[in-house]
Amino acid sequence: MFGKLSWEAVPFHEPIVMVTIAMIALGGLALFAAITYFKKWTYLWTEWLTSVDHKKIGVMYIIVAMIMLLRGFADAVMMRTQLAMATEGSPGYLPPEHYDQIFTAHGVIMIIFMAMPFFTGLMNLAVPLQIGARDVAYPFLNSLSFWLLVSGVVLVNLSLGVGEFAKTGWVAYPPLSGLQYSPGVGMDYYIWALQLSGLGTTLTGVNFLATVLKMRAPGMKLMDMPIFTWTCTWANVLIVASFPILTATLALLTLDRYMDFHIFTNELGGNPMMYVNLFWAWGHPEVYILILPAFGIFSEVISTFTGKRLFGHHSMVYASGAISVLGFMVWLHHFFTMGSGASVNAFFGLATMLISIPTGVKLFNWLFTIYQGRLRFTSQVLWTLGFMVTFAIGGMTGVLLAIPGADFVLHNSLFVIAHFHNVIIGGAVFGYIAGFSFYFPKAFGFKLNEKWGKAAFWFWIVGFFIAFMPLYALGFMGMTRRLNASTNPEWVPYLYVALFGAILIACGIASQLIQLYVSIRDRNKPENACEFGDPWNAHTLEWSTSSPPPFYNFAVLPKVDGIDPFTEAKENGTAYQAPAKYEPIHMPNNTATGVYMGALLTVFGFAMIWHIWWLAIAGLVGTVVVFVAHAARDDQGYMVPVETIERIEAEQHKRLVAAKAIPATRVETKLEQA
Amino acid sequence: MTLLDPVGQVGIEERNLIITATLLMLLVVVPVIIMTLVFAWKYRASNTSATYTPKWSHSTKIEVVIWTVPILIIIALGVITYKSTHALDPYRPLESDVKPITIEVVAMDWKWMFIYPEQGIATVNKIVFPANTPVNFRITSDTVMNSFFIPGLGGQIYAMAGMTTKLHLIANRNAEMEGISANYSGAGFTGMKFKAIATSQADFDAWVSEVKASPKQLDEAAYAALSVSSQNNPVELFSSYTPNLFQKIVDKYEGMTPGKPVKHEKKEVAGNDVADTSEHSAAGAEE
Repeated sequence: MFGKLSWEAVPFHEPIVMVTIAMIALGGLALFAAITYFKKWTYLWTEWLTSVDHKKIGVMYIIVAMIMLLRGFADAVMMRTQLAMATEGSPGYLPPEHYDQIFTAHGVIMIIFMAMPFFTGLMNLAVPLQIGARDVAYPFLNSLSFWLLVSGVVLVNLSLGVGEFAKTGWVAYPPLSGLQYSPGVGMDYYIWALQLSGLGTTLTGVNFLATVLKMRAPGMKLMDMPIFTWTCTWANVLIVASFPILTATLALLTLDRYMDFHIFTNELGGNPMMYVNLFWAWGHPEVYILILPAFGIFSEVISTFTGKRLFGHHSMVYASGAISVLGFMVWLHHFFTMGSGASVNAFFGLATMLISIPTGVKLFNWLFTIYQGRLRFTSQVLWTLGFMVTFAIGGMTGVLLAIPGADFVLHNSLFVIAHFHNVIIGGAVFGYIAGFSFYFPKAFGFKLNEKWGKAAFWFWIVGFFIAFMPLYALGFMGMTRRLNASTNPEWVPYLYVALFGAILIACGIASQLIQLYVSIRDRNKPENACEFGDPWNAHTLEWSTSSPPPFYNFAVLPKVDGIDPFTEAKENGTAYQAPAKYEPIHMPNNTATGVYMGALLTVFGFAMIWHIWWLAIAGLVGTVVVFVAHAARDDQGYMVPVETIERIEAEQHKRLVAAKAIPATRVETKLEQA
Repeated sequence: MTLLDPVGQVGIEERNLIITATLLMLLVVVPVIIMTLVFAWKYRASNTSATYTPKWSHSTKIEVVIWTVPILIIIALGVITYKSTHALDPYRPLESDVKPITIEVVAMDWKWMFIYPEQGIATVNKIVFPANTPVNFRITSDTVMNSFFIPGLGGQIYAMAGMTTKLHLIANRNAEMEGISANYSGAGFTGMKFKAIATSQADFDAWVSEVKASPKQLDEAAYAALSVSSQNNPVELFSSYTPNLFQKIVDKYEGMTPGKPVKHEKKEVAGNDVADTSEHSAAGAEE
């Protein structure tokens, strides 16, 4: 009846796991009680969970990303503690079967369930506004993408208390990840969590490509799109091209595990190295999917806070495109040590190095944006400068690893760990955090506390260097990755230092949580308020509307002629001009279909993991039925009446006058009309 | 730091390559870091005496320079990469007047089994070989993928079931080194270590005689016992082994066509510069 599922699946004998589960359960119960007590369920359901508004979906993505950052970081601290304790023959406090799950979960969570939703959330929040659109091309699909991600998140976190997670490393190479060597449900949790969230990512890619191609404001040419939109667009091109490879690869592994196929097995003609190739054919573009949008955020931040146009906007677009195209031709550099021969290795090594050219160009473009500017040292700028310094080092170690002769000794060592944390933390994560505090006022109408934001930055960057520079050294000392104990006494002092660095990063994360608390507490203080919409004196259209923007984004679609249209308008005195009269606006209705489909697919995934076949069929059939019912509805959306628009815009005019963004007289006439 | 003070010639060349490439890249990385800090400080908002050009966003001159400088460095690095990749190809036999010694390597859960076909002995988790003599490793796996790596000597290569990979190394002096698996392979991975001892020819011969005197023999029953998963396996010495054991382990994953001769072996000629890339494609389990 319940397949492989029984009470034995719950690890009652593991105190660390049980305490964690108890804390999560208590926290969840408290949240549930609070929502019930304040009678917010209806509000939550109608305004957020079933919303198809890209801004709200963006905020929900970022909330998920931040929760998963805490989970992934807890895994990181456990690993560092284990390695600092497991010395001189001591086994540490984590047995291998637990430790191996932790490093697998850390990788999967940080890449798939932290970085991806963080980037997707920022893209949702900003891109439609940047191109002067009222929503994405397919609002329902956007909601569905989000709920597919939540499905994956639910499955990954369920694995903590029901069964186990994969013990294979986040790459899950067969034959180790095959049925023979990983008979448990951990690998199945991995497969279905990635499969569901990966599907959501693919749909997001399609959705946002259609959005930038078809929904740009009148007059906005492709080359006029703001740089963040452009880098997201390249990331979406990569998503659409590479995520289907992941989907297919996981499907093949599923056939191996569920139906006794031998695609990736050792024996009967299986070929594990095919998986390795396919995995990285997705996996390498994936890291550019993470980093390119961060590059876009840094570009926006730097050009905004220097009070200058971005240097070489077109050059940035082409450089991002070059990175995307080349990023698809370098996957083999993850396994030079497979023995593919000198010519093959040399090709992939050289292709990898080529990527450093457009990347270097970007760094120079940021430098020359600062050059002859008026740089305001806000927290966002600190993250950007910190990124430029850190990333230059991480890029260099990356090119070093691309030289096959060097990789033969550095492959899979802690040098590699140091390198990719150097570029992912110092590149992607710094970018997302900068983007978070940059766009936070846009989403909520008040600024984040700068004191705590800067404290977070200093803890993060100092912590990063202290945590990861020793790992470069350990790589040179022959310490390989995924060890559960240190077997060489010379490594120990470096591992202590690394643990101290992780603690500093923990202080950084704590500062961010305090920052959120303090900022929400002080949201009504006048110096934090920025509901009129343009707190940073920025260049692009998302800042020309109120904060938070009205649900229709723009009362009148802006006309665009060139890059940085909002700065142009402010300089020409044409910003915030109200039209003689408003037209009704066509908007999509909210729908719960995404929530239902996500829930049913979670049930399907869970049933597949535990081999509960009847439930899997029920989940899948239910999903199809819900979708068909949704598609068969005759839902044309609705028209926003002119009176509503006038009321909302009149309020915005009051705010603009209060903020001295426009002279008072204009508003009075406007109000008389209203 | 093992990798910065290698015992083997291959490791020394790889270290030199790392140092050269790093210095070359620092030519652009250091100026970028300095410029970042200097520009940020000089053009801070409070420094109103600095030039301010809010609309300046394009300069063909600067664009040419910022594309050219990275291109030149990458061209230089590319030449080094192309040459070193061929010179340091692990499949390439080392040039030496001394006759090489062959060691066959089998990755198991979670230990390393070694066969000396020329000496007729086998060991677990320990190899001894003469210094200044090229060692030709032939590597496979009887379990999941591992990576065979002696950091003190130089490069590594994957150990994969049903396939034979090759690694050519040499020790320039006598030394006791640690060998590891550099690719995670499951619960006992951390303890999957072996001793690699480079010694004089006389000491090596003496060690071989010692192993030959060992009462243990690696027959089929002993191999079956060895195949059972074990962690932190102790060193074991076998005075003999089942004939053709290495090839049998490779062939066992062949499935439909067992017993094919290994393609590498017939082609290998010492000093042959042409890397036989066509023969060891990993995209096919036929080896």
